[in-house]
Amino acid sequence: MTTIQKQAQSPIAHLTPEDIEQLGKELDAIRAEVIEARGASDAAYIRKLIKTQRSLELGSRIVLLASIFPPAWLVGTAGLSVAKILENMEIGHNVLHGQWDWMRDPKIHSTTWEWDMATPAADWKHSHNELHHTYTNVLGKDNDLGYGIMRVDEEQTWHPMYLGQPLWSFINALFFEYGIAAYDLELGATIKKKKLKDPEFQRRLKGVLSKIRKQATKDYLVHPALSIPTGSFLPTLAANFTANIVRNLWSNSIIMCGHFPEGVETFEKRSIEGETKGEWYLRQMLGAANISGSKAMHLMSGNLSHQIEHHLFPDLPSNRYAEVAPKVRALFDKYGLNYHTAPFPKQLYSAWHKVVRLSLPNGWLAETKVTNAPALQDDDRRAEGAPRDRRPRPARGR
Amino acid sequence: MATSTLRRFAELAVTPLVPDDYLDLFSPLRRGAALRGRVVQVIPETRDAATLVIRPGADWAGHVPGQYVRVGIDVDGVRQWRAYSLTHGPRPDGYISITVKAVPDGVVSHHLVHDTERGTLVHLEQATGDFVLPADAHKLLFVTAGSGVTPVIGMLRNLFPVTDEGVLGFDTLNHRATRDLDIVVVHVAPSEPDSIFLSDLKALDAAGAINLVARYDDQHGLLDVADLSTLVPDIADRITYACGPGGLLDALETHHAAAGLPLYTEQFRATVVVAGEGGTVTFGRSGAVVEADGSTPILEAGEGAGVLMRSGCRMGVCFSCVSPLLNGAVRDLRSGDITTAVAGETDPGGVLVQTCINAAAGPCTFDL
Ligand SMILES: Cc1cc2nc3c(=O)[nH]c(=O)nc-3n(C[C@H](O)[C@H](O)[C@H](O)COP(=O)(O)OP(=O)(O)OC[C@H]3O[C@@H](n4cnc5c(N)ncnc54)[C@H](O)[C@@H]3O)c2cc1C
Ligand code: FES
Repeated sequence: MTTIQKQAQSPIAHLTPEDIEQLGKELDAIRAEVIEARGASDAAYIRKLIKTQRSLELGSRIVLLASIFPPAWLVGTAGLSVAKILENMEIGHNVLHGQWDWMRDPKIHSTTWEWDMATPAADWKHSHNELHHTYTNVLGKDNDLGYGIMRVDEEQTWHPMYLGQPLWSFINALFFEYGIAAYDLELGATIKKKKLKDPEFQRRLKGVLSKIRKQATKDYLVHPALSIPTGSFLPTLAANFTANIVRNLWSNSIIMCGHFPEGVETFEKRSIEGETKGEWYLRQMLGAANISGSKAMHLMSGNLSHQIEHHLFPDLPSNRYAEVAPKVRALFDKYGLNYHTAPFPKQLYSAWHKVVRLSLPNGWLAETKVTNAPALQDDDRRAEGAPRDRRPRPARGR
Repeated sequence: MATSTLRRFAELAVTPLVPDDYLDLFSPLRRGAALRGRVVQVIPETRDAATLVIRPGADWAGHVPGQYVRVGIDVDGVRQWRAYSLTHGPRPDGYISITVKAVPDGVVSHHLVHDTERGTLVHLEQATGDFVLPADAHKLLFVTAGSGVTPVIGMLRNLFPVTDEGVLGFDTLNHRATRDLDIVVVHVAPSEPDSIFLSDLKALDAAGAINLVARYDDQHGLLDVADLSTLVPDIADRITYACGPGGLLDALETHHAAAGLPLYTEQFRATVVVAGEGGTVTFGRSGAVVEADGSTPILEAGEGAGVLMRSGCRMGVCFSCVSPLLNGAVRDLRSGDITTAVAGETDPGGVLVQTCINAAAGPCTFDL
């Protein structure tokens, strides 16, 4: 993939500024409809979910008190993993987006929520809500593109150190919550700029370390200690560790599927200068990919399986994305754009394929093309004859 | 000591949540929980008014008749807070009651009167308010209009419990405090069927506990406060407690001030006189930006944008809503007075203003 501006035939070349403005208006209308309809049933949804999640976590932790018995370990670890995933994704991520602020419940509000994650909510809100969602997929602006450590685009010059990228990426996935914490802290950039002594950085570092200490005390000390009476200290510790790894791997995978699969567009820095609302919407439409699947898939992914809808309307309650999706998709069809959706394994494969491909110099590994891109194969509903269909992909040399 | 260690340990075990988050799942009314109450009964009073009997949480600290309680309830999924007078004295069963009249287009009052079911959990704050009787009350005049009867019925029921068997307290209970009371109630309502608590007032009157002077707009015409001295010839000997619409209270205030008579009032909403140009209101902390017209209180503008705002009476008397204005100008909706803050010049912590009765007067920024 290459930034959209440098592609020989841009997938948006057929749209006039008026089209884009109209598109923006139609998306605004979809948003307004949901805001109008938001009400008691949505509030009941999030409250019930929070209650379920807390009950599941409590239940799993009680089962783990006897985790020396293998069935208890298995059940407790599975329950805790699911509870942690729900907490981070469908609840935490979405509450911190302000999706539920309209309820004005101080207990479910983006300004008061804290989550079961290494990174403090406030730091994450800044890097995620303000930077990533504003500068989605703009090279050099959206640090979510490779978290500043990866080569995510052909246009980034290749360097031998990128050979290690698949390995780092995997390690990053395993310990994702710490990766996110370091990234929210802008640790890499701070080291590069030799600003580690900066008082503001020190203050934030303290906050992160204190959060990490509390998290670790809970998972690796308090709950194992509570299990001592049954001789389950170590099994409970292992259960917590496993649940954290499972949650890390899962959330990393979902996020990879949202922006990294082949065919998701990236943008040039200067292209967003003076960007209109319609153009912003368009960038969100092309800069995200969905995961098709069951209701359980949507729930467990925190509805980031509707990554496109989430990027268009980051503050609409997540339980509404499913009903919005067909309307959004109809607009993709109407405007001849590619709605990028595929089942989880395909998206994940495509994303990892790209990680490996870009770890090598350009052209060493085949780019996923129109013919083999999972999303495009899967997506036969795309408007017939839309300009992009016939787009010959220029071969890229080294 | 032991419990605080236990608590510390529980906190470590549930971080980043707090133990209360889990305890709330099982026991929302327990001691130590945020104050809540459960609706145990909804009693229709008139076609657009109902009494809600509420079992308050264990930490309810009691109240003095005449005081009000703030109730937080979710209407269409949105938490709304309003003040309601307590309509009973302290009850043997420990319950509290409020009586709500549904006002036209009223978000909360309509919901409480028509759509609230037994078992609903509501949020509460401790009772507050100065509209209470002195310990040595003797000759009193109550002037109540419409739903303004609620705090007064709270006081009267406390003095003379009204039961199905009749009025207690006046001669059955030999209440020291009630013996030498001499009470006149001037009750004003649009019409007789719209009168909340009319049967209680009539029962009290029949038992000789009070002297009821009922005035219905449709029968007697609108009450002119100048007529009060005809309706209550010994008005000069009485302390007046009045609760009703702003217009009536303003007229009473003028009348009593001229006659040099003592007057205590309770009002349910601010009398708004001025509106001007609005402006863009920025809530610095939460990042919300709202276009507000000149008649929308900052409180409502912020709430509409999902900002967590503190409020109390929502009419300018309790000061719970006071918030720092960092920059810009706001207008007091009751007086038209402008308050300004200039970043870098006025207090860096902001100029404190009441958000419930101030509206934007041009662009302004709050530290919220
Ligand atoms: C100290 C105090 C005690 C109170 N005690 C009681 C009580 O015992 N019983 C009771 O029913 N109410 C009482 N109120 C009023 C109550 O708090 C609400 O203001 C009222 O129920 C209307 O709320 P709402 O959400 O239904 O109306 P909103 O949705 O806030 O307003 C809807 C419309 O009704 C108008 N409006 C607002 N309040 C009133 C009102 N009181 N009368 C007529 N129109 C109004 C508004 O201007 C608006 O146009 C008390 C208020 C205070 C400050
Ligand atoms: S809420 Fe009581 S003064 Fe504003």
